[in-house]
Amino acid sequence: MKKVYEKPVIVKVETGFMNKFGESPLYQRKVRTDIDGVSIDELVKKYGSPLFVISEKKLREKYRNIYNAFASRYPNVQFGWSYKTNYLKAVCAVLHQEGAIAEVVSGFEYEKARKLGIEGKDIIFNGPHKRLEDLEIAVKEGAKIHIDHFDEIIDLEKVADKLGKTVKVAIRLNMDTGIRPQWSRFGFNLETGQALDAVKRIAQSGKLILNGLHAHIGTFILDPNAYAKEVEKMVKFAYEIEDNFGFKIEYIDIGGGLPSKNKLKGTYLPPDIAVPPVDEYAEKIIDALYSNLRPGDFPKLILETGRAIVDEAEYLITTVFASKRLPDGRKAYICDAGVNLLFTAFWYKFNVEIDREVYGVNEPSVLYGPLCMNIDIIDDGILLPPLERGTRLIFSPVGAYNNTQWMQFIEYRPNIVMIMEDGTVEVVREREDLTDIERRERLPEKLKIR
Amino acid sequence: MNRLHQLAVNDEGFIFDPLTGESFTVNRTGLFIINRLKEGKKEEEILQGLLDEFNVSKEVAERDLIDFLEKLKSYRII
Repeated sequence: MKKVYEKPVIVKVETGFMNKFGESPLYQRKVRTDIDGVSIDELVKKYGSPLFVISEKKLREKYRNIYNAFASRYPNVQFGWSYKTNYLKAVCAVLHQEGAIAEVVSGFEYEKARKLGIEGKDIIFNGPHKRLEDLEIAVKEGAKIHIDHFDEIIDLEKVADKLGKTVKVAIRLNMDTGIRPQWSRFGFNLETGQALDAVKRIAQSGKLILNGLHAHIGTFILDPNAYAKEVEKMVKFAYEIEDNFGFKIEYIDIGGGLPSKNKLKGTYLPPDIAVPPVDEYAEKIIDALYSNLRPGDFPKLILETGRAIVDEAEYLITTVFASKRLPDGRKAYICDAGVNLLFTAFWYKFNVEIDREVYGVNEPSVLYGPLCMNIDIIDDGILLPPLERGTRLIFSPVGAYNNTQWMQFIEYRPNIVMIMEDGTVEVVREREDLTDIERRERLPEKLKIR
Repeated sequence: MNRLHQLAVNDEGFIFDPLTGESFTVNRTGLFIINRLKEGKKEEEILQGLLDEFNVSKEVAERDLIDFLEKLKSYRII
């Protein structure tokens, strides 16, 4: 009887590289055979590879978990779904059902939210590039407009004149909360007095009514204290405005930036240790609110959490297409999905799971995508057992920014499916074909090949 | 000097190179190939040996053998 075959592996015994977080190879190897009870194999057979898979159940769970962390501590909380993080209709619709209003940052996103059926009054309009025509529509429809710069104040005054009405607006602030690099390109700076100048200008014209403050201090913020600082500064500024200008600040929008359980490249600790739980953020933020608000005053607290809600609810299944040996001895795998679909691979190191048990020693490996670009690397240092062609790898979390920042470069964008709460599978975005790519192209008559 | 021939290889797949002081571990299949290489067997002979000894298709064994030899080259063992 012949012996059971195992792929031949040789590994150099390295000493001096262990650390106290060193994991056993057994734990480094993660197997995932299904998503929400639907087998990986079945999903790929039916919908192809690569394949984005969204879990409706997880999406709702994440929303409720984060929302409740705040709503259980403060009586007036509203979430705005950050469209740019993932504006697939199905994702937005789930979150709107859960109670989120829309937070958009461009005319395009505004149009998208309206088309989905969201009323203007339930849209927060952020962003530095709101064209005059966008502003006019937003004013007519009663959207919450968050002013980014002085030119926008002037534009809004024009719109107010044209429509013959006073317009309720909020201004965007930037400030020092201890986060480096400090985000200073959005809104008016608090410390230099620029924000106060903006309020003066708004008050003088009499065409706009300031009723809200907004700030977005950064992204993937790992220090909850930064938000406490933000809230403290915003509340103090709100009272300064109320006391001196007679406006009532009805809401304070502290933006987004809450992290997901993803691993930023260059960080040492695994996300379960590095990323504080959402309750810690909620605690600090609401504490800061109560310590600074006047008794009986409960302005609406708005959060625009994107990544923390959607990131972990989406997976990308990809297939090992080929393997090769690099000159430095590392194993390289070519997958059918790369940075074209996983734009965030430039900053994050994903969790990689294999669709089956694989026997053999782990060895340092590199995961490449299908592009003819040297930078198409999903992971340049991962320990993997020897993988057969056709093995599926499941990357997660990939729900944030990949379906909005992906690029159509030499490959079609694949199917996206949602596994519904009842276990059925729905295609929420179909795989592209040539007609999608060429629909807007025009070939001049004389260039036609006959 | 051929580095391969002076490697100390034990039955459990632990390999020690007295020249450089480096150590390696190989699995059972890797050990099979290393031992054949030390015996001076050619690639085709080793492939046939794998097919005789293990439950594996020629296609898979051939690909894996090429890959393993590439890896040995990267360690400068062959």
